[in-house]
Amino acid sequence: MSPREVFALRDYLGPNPKGRTISDARRVVSLTDILEHTCLSDRLSELSGRSVLMAVSDQLISGLVMTEIDGVARRMLLCPPDLNADHLQSLMQDADIDAVITDQPERWTASDIKLIVPAGAPKRAASAAKTERATEWLMLTSGTSGVPKIVGHTLEGLTGAIVADSPARNGAAAKAATWATFYDIRRYGGLQIFLRAIVGGGSMVLSSSGEALADHIGRLQARGVTHISGTPSHWRKLLMSGATASFTPRYVRLSGEIADQAVLDGLSAAFPAASIGHAYASTEAGVGFAVNDGREGFPAEIIGNNCDGVEMKVEDGSLRIRSKRTAYAYVGRKAAKLMDDEGFVDTGDMVELRGDRYYFVGRRGGIINIGGLKVHPEEIEAVINRQAEVRMSRAKSRRSPITGGIVVADVVLADNVDIGRSDEIRARILTDCRASLAPHKVPAVIKFVASLDITAAGKLARHDA
Amino acid sequence: MSVRLRIIAAMRQVAEEQKVTLPPLDDALSLHESGFDSLGFAILVARLEDDLGVDPFTLSEDAAFPLTVGDFIKAYENVPA
Repeated sequence: MSPREVFALRDYLGPNPKGRTISDARRVVSLTDILEHTCLSDRLSELSGRSVLMAVSDQLISGLVMTEIDGVARRMLLCPPDLNADHLQSLMQDADIDAVITDQPERWTASDIKLIVPAGAPKRAASAAKTERATEWLMLTSGTSGVPKIVGHTLEGLTGAIVADSPARNGAAAKAATWATFYDIRRYGGLQIFLRAIVGGGSMVLSSSGEALADHIGRLQARGVTHISGTPSHWRKLLMSGATASFTPRYVRLSGEIADQAVLDGLSAAFPAASIGHAYASTEAGVGFAVNDGREGFPAEIIGNNCDGVEMKVEDGSLRIRSKRTAYAYVGRKAAKLMDDEGFVDTGDMVELRGDRYYFVGRRGGIINIGGLKVHPEEIEAVINRQAEVRMSRAKSRRSPITGGIVVADVVLADNVDIGRSDEIRARILTDCRASLAPHKVPAVIKFVASLDITAAGKLARHDA
Repeated sequence: MSVRLRIIAAMRQVAEEQKVTLPPLDDALSLHESGFDSLGFAILVARLEDDLGVDPFTLSEDAAFPLTVGDFIKAYENVPA
């Protein structure tokens, strides 16, 4: 017997409450009797104690397999669908992978891995699965270049914020939520939402790649989604689409990028009946905190105090987090140290204190150099996005024969704005930038573009950052 | 509009944004006396590159930065089309 009871996802799935489902654009699967089913053709016992690569392309089956192998496998490595195949071999070595679960077994016939378990739609299982151990959850960082790092979590850490937010703890018997997210659930931001649906007794509506936004929103409304999460870029795209009118969620959550005042105000206007919150979380640092007062940034008093088991400090301008919700380590042969000697994870997110609030100013690695001065593009974008006609923007550096570099900005206007007004809007953006920013941060050139690229992780693409 | 007129218009635009009061822009005026700082010139050169499609100061490695308004305009006029 282990000294303390080991929990697994199956403990949150059972015959009650009734009517729980997980769905994508093609299927609706009942979660109420999911424990009597298997996606692995009853081969779960072969995976006991194994280090498993989840190479399941189908997001819905992936989610069901997570609930099936959690508590049985030694570890599971989750791969987002856009993972560069060239990195897979090295990641598998780093994670000591000795089994693969896949919905494309034909791709693995020549592999060194001997245990390949096919995954498919759930079928009635011969016997019920039992929890044997606390499975390690391995996730990949979402950095845009090079081999991603493997980050190790436990289910307890991953669900720390969910348990803290749960209705039971708040003394209210809230109706179980139907969650949705624009993220893929094999990324930290998406996994959090999937786990909220499972642990909180709710349902889950998944995104489907290639689905048109208007169809996606129609599906969210038809399936009764009450709680939904995405990056500010996801939300700006939705606000631009004009598809919000038919959608009435109760809770709208932003995470993964800086939520500026413009996107928060845009969402309040589009969803007047919803509460809007932005959460701070990262694959390494876990869920830090959520801000629900409708304002960008976060109250300064949460720094230096222990809030729900999360301690934060600011050192060299960046936010550092210590809590049981952070990852426990980077995993791999040459894994770097995740925490400092006191157990704080450096998030690399730079913050600035203004009055009684901290504001996110950008990523440490995203700084652009303008004539020898450091500039966070996000800080400039937040000012540009304040204009009502602007939907989103991207600031970047452009080489200059005079100063080495200057700031230029690409701006996407809201869909109802007459392009004939662009000169006037440009002048207003520049006036506001000059009033709010140091001279070298004011864009030298503003270009209006039809769209800006969003990465597979839902973040504004910054190729040159 | 000729290259010369477009450059003069761009200079006036940048000067207005940078709150610089331009002296009369004749060819002999030293750029140093125009009131632009290096950031002002960097903005001007970037905008002209977008407008005219060339940046003569990056194109040629040995191009010294011009000293007068006349030289500055010539640098653009002399770029082979």
